[in-house]
Amino acid sequence: MGVWIMAGVTFREAARKKMLWMALAAGGAFLILFGTGLHFQAKDFAAHGMSPVLRREISFGMVTMGLYAVDLLAVLMTILTSSDTLSGEISSGTIQAIATKPVPRWQLLLGKWFGFCGMLTAYIVIMVGGVNAVTYALVGVTARHLASGLSLMWMESVVLLSVTFAFATYFSTLTTGVLTLGLHGLAFLGGWIEQFGAITQSPRAVNVGVIASVLMPSEALWRRAAFEMQSPLANAMRISPFSTLSVPSMAMVFYAALYLAIALVIAMHRFSRRDL
Amino acid sequence: MSRSSDLAICTGGLRKIFSGKVAVRNLTLEVPRGEVFGFLGPNGAGKSTSVKMLLGLVFPTSGEAQILGCPVGDVKTRSKVGFLPEHFRFYDWLTPTELLKLHGRLYGMSHAKLRERVPVLLDLVGLTPHREKRLRDFSKGMLQRIGLAQALLNEPDLIFLDEPTSGLDPVGRRLVRDIIKAQRDRGATVLLNSHLLGEVEITCDRVAFIKDGEVVETRQLDDDVEEQTTVSIRAANVTAEVASGLSRWSRSVRAEGDRLMLSVSSRGVVPELVRYLVSSGADVYEVTPQRLSLEERFLEIAGTDGGL
Repeated sequence: MGVWIMAGVTFREAARKKMLWMALAAGGAFLILFGTGLHFQAKDFAAHGMSPVLRREISFGMVTMGLYAVDLLAVLMTILTSSDTLSGEISSGTIQAIATKPVPRWQLLLGKWFGFCGMLTAYIVIMVGGVNAVTYALVGVTARHLASGLSLMWMESVVLLSVTFAFATYFSTLTTGVLTLGLHGLAFLGGWIEQFGAITQSPRAVNVGVIASVLMPSEALWRRAAFEMQSPLANAMRISPFSTLSVPSMAMVFYAALYLAIALVIAMHRFSRRDL
Repeated sequence: MSRSSDLAICTGGLRKIFSGKVAVRNLTLEVPRGEVFGFLGPNGAGKSTSVKMLLGLVFPTSGEAQILGCPVGDVKTRSKVGFLPEHFRFYDWLTPTELLKLHGRLYGMSHAKLRERVPVLLDLVGLTPHREKRLRDFSKGMLQRIGLAQALLNEPDLIFLDEPTSGLDPVGRRLVRDIIKAQRDRGATVLLNSHLLGEVEITCDRVAFIKDGEVVETRQLDDDVEEQTTVSIRAANVTAEVASGLSRWSRSVRAEGDRLMLSVSSRGVVPELVRYLVSSGADVYEVTPQRLSLEERFLEIAGTDGGL
């Protein structure tokens, strides 16, 4: 019961503090910009008499680019909005009157986690859905394997959310944000090293990327999502910046799920045992 | 030794060390159910850490503690406990009604019970006219009042009030006193942590002085209780030999003007003192027992630097 009370409060807090509405307004602006660009692109396709195959591939590329921007926004939103919720309440003492109620501490943390998960889910579904709706309306194209791509993008944010919560039980707000973002930065860089390593046939460079993904599997989930969503031709021909020779395997997806669960368990355990 | 079921609070050798620094050295305390118990001590004496350990917010390094007969940290027991933290922080985007409902839900109270209880509490703390305002627009005193209402939501058997009069005007302080009295009359136990010694003296049945993380003294505050007393004596023909004989009743004998000041263990020794002086040939004009005030005792224990 305590879990759902805290999830509801977390969700209401985001709405009451206008955080939720601001994120949606920013998302709306993003979709308008994306749609405007795509609209002119579509007009020029017709004007230049572009072949249907090339037109389709460029449209797929636009979808992937839009989703990449959504992914980046979702990652930043996750870290920025959640890094203060726990460590901020611990340092301000807000948690004291809450943590003395007859609800186990792990339930308080899990409730907050569910609250953020709910918001992230809504944000990602609306934004990914919005990008696909816009491209479908303007150029008749949507992402391939949309459901699995969306699930992987969602999972990436949830991994980062769980890691933020785990860090927040040890560190202050700012340190938590810097650490999580830094760890994601490592994974991001590792992903590109892996990609270049695959193109230049350097197995050791690929291994560096894989190790970075083991340390933080968030970026690997995006690369798997991009692989699922973009056109088979773009994947095979490597004509998109998101094409890769080194596609993260399903084992990496399962590893990310395990990583997420472990981070959440560490957060709950540490929060239950620490002084407040 | 009282039975643990008769005690609201029972601790034995409770100790807390933060990063090598001892915050609470050895807290051994028994508070019977139904008592209003004051916790006094200078800054940094370990009062707040002790309260946090009793509430399960801070984990003891060693020692044992029980509240309401259950080990500290027992989740179910918390449904019978109320707590007003020293610096009550809250979700300031809520209205007082919403805040009380949230805390009530965390106590496991039903919607029906909360519909009945919340208006009663808002009325009790004088916030009914402000029930729809956001807490971020509240003054410090109003926030303290809503914190107090929050601590009483579940009609607790044990209430921890950490500096409850902080930020309150005289009317608010009177309100806190009345609430504490009403809780005692209801049979609840109150642990009051306050720097306002006058408030403590008026409201508490008993106090503990804590210094360097240890209880150095507990003191009953009923008027008829035997306790340390200062006796002021105005007398003539008191020789040095007679004056030194007074050390049988007092460790501290000093002259202040034409008076002798003695610190004695109780008022009961006054007749013996008078008999001794008269039989030693002194002319006794005036003997006045003065109970050592809480403030004097506090200063004695804390030192004039207030523990800084």
